[in-house]
Amino acid sequence: MLNKKNKTYYVCVFFFCLFVLFLYGPTFTIILLSFQGPDGGLTFPLNGVSTYWFEELWRGGSVVDIGSAFKRSIILGVIVMVLTVLLSVSAGLAFRKKFWGSDTLFFATVASLIVPSIVLSLGVALQFRLLDDFTKWLGSTFDINYINEFFQTTLGMFTSGLGAQLTWTLPFGLLIMFAVFNRFDKSYEEAARDLGATPWKTFKEVVFPLIAPSIIGIALFGFTLSYDELARSSQVMGAGNTLPLELKGLTTTVTTPVIYALGTVTTFVSFSVIGISIACYIWLKRKKG
Amino acid sequence: MMKFLKLKPTVGLLSIPYSLIFIFFFFIPLTLTFIISFWDYNEYSIIPDFIFENYSYIFKDCFNFEKDMCVTFKTYLSTFIFCFVTWFFTLIIGFFVAYFLAFYVNSITWQIVLFLLCTIPFWTSNVIRMISWIPLLGRNGLVNDFLLSTGLADAPQEWLLYSGFSIVLAFVHLYTLFMIVPIFNSMMRIDKSIIEAAYDNGANGFQILWNIIIPLCKPGIVIGSIFVITVVMGDFITIGIMGGQQIPSIGKIIYVEMSYLQLPAAAANAVILLALTLLIIWIMTKMIDIRKEL
Repeated sequence: MLNKKNKTYYVCVFFFCLFVLFLYGPTFTIILLSFQGPDGGLTFPLNGVSTYWFEELWRGGSVVDIGSAFKRSIILGVIVMVLTVLLSVSAGLAFRKKFWGSDTLFFATVASLIVPSIVLSLGVALQFRLLDDFTKWLGSTFDINYINEFFQTTLGMFTSGLGAQLTWTLPFGLLIMFAVFNRFDKSYEEAARDLGATPWKTFKEVVFPLIAPSIIGIALFGFTLSYDELARSSQVMGAGNTLPLELKGLTTTVTTPVIYALGTVTTFVSFSVIGISIACYIWLKRKKG
Repeated sequence: MMKFLKLKPTVGLLSIPYSLIFIFFFFIPLTLTFIISFWDYNEYSIIPDFIFENYSYIFKDCFNFEKDMCVTFKTYLSTFIFCFVTWFFTLIIGFFVAYFLAFYVNSITWQIVLFLLCTIPFWTSNVIRMISWIPLLGRNGLVNDFLLSTGLADAPQEWLLYSGFSIVLAFVHLYTLFMIVPIFNSMMRIDKSIIEAAYDNGANGFQILWNIIIPLCKPGIVIGSIFVITVVMGDFITIGIMGGQQIPSIGKIIYVEMSYLQLPAAAANAVILLALTLLIIWIMTKMIDIRKEL
């Protein structure tokens, strides 16, 4: 059998270890380099050990306002996470039966994952530009003072930015729901219904606890994919940039380890979120068992 | 209509919020992109019209075969080459990682742990993962230090960073996961008794791999390939950062045109990119039914 520990097995183990090294190695190099002394550069050798570059990052020296970009990204990530969970779980429930337009919606879901992000970003930007023109036209035609005086743009983080990110996170959420319901044992639900539970009660007491661990997975995708999203957000964030957008700008301008310090911080945030999610997942699974 | 009424309508209604997002942020934007690709523009605004100049400009000089290849075709060719090379390496690496996880790791717990180990980087920042190659591949990076100190090279190698090589390396680094997940999924569905039967009948490891595992993994391979190819086709960020902003791509043309507010021109390029992407996907999905694979 294949699982015999022969030569091929060890070749495969070696190959897998190399792959893991390839995945994580570079990230750990920059984490290491971010703890250099004040004379450190972008490459090895390490010039002393300190937290100088983190302090530098904190002071905001030489770097754009990272603090507020960071805050914006976290807030947007949490909103995207909540909406991704709510919308994809409810759509997942709907998809258990065929409904009017379900094939089209499924097609859109898959299409949204593979449409080039720059195309979608352009589309949303165009849409909001037309919306702006329309709003201004309304203002001048009907003499609406508020619009004429204060209106600038509909483009923004919580309008176009949020929508563009949802087209990236929702498909992951729905596909996870599909995977969950394809392996879902309907007999628990039928038992609840036979015992006289209302549809809402059946969901709350039976279905929800069973799918809760997977919902953690959807939340994880929702937050992390939004927090790191770049291509789809690139044209639609309006005035305030998210952290990945600032980072992309910094790659061409910053030549000190401060960019590594920033990398270490955001990687730490991502790892914390992933860790918390996995812990919640295991906890919920155990509770169920 | 009767069929619709017979279904429980309330459950279907739960899809409405999800649908609204897709109508407003997917269908309408893409339709507008198509429409605006026929509009006119000047420095300040876009002007409703029905012209083909945006398209004809893209292919200007492209069908004059006496001259050198036009910029558009050169860019497309370069993007296709990145697609192919990235596809090739992600497929080989992704397949063997999935193969190891599916057939050589026996405990479910370890399977999950190792699978997660491959997935975690996907949930971290792509930009950080790209710039983390700088200390390794840069002129004073670890690889060059190694090459110089061992005498394998007598001058720092410039092609390691900000080159086609570093772009492909970053793509493989970022997107091999897109291959691992669907191929692993396909592999987990293979009935182990088929493999045992083949083994009992005297098939060797390679025969099992070639005649059983690979054919049964075809759906996973196709899905993974679609993801990798489409993500590279439309890329402008990885090619930008890892190419030192010197190497063109289709996505980058759109990006640059947008920054100059030549929106209808960008829209025309986007329409062509989208059409090409859909063509590739259409050809590939002819081979499988995606919905069955979840």
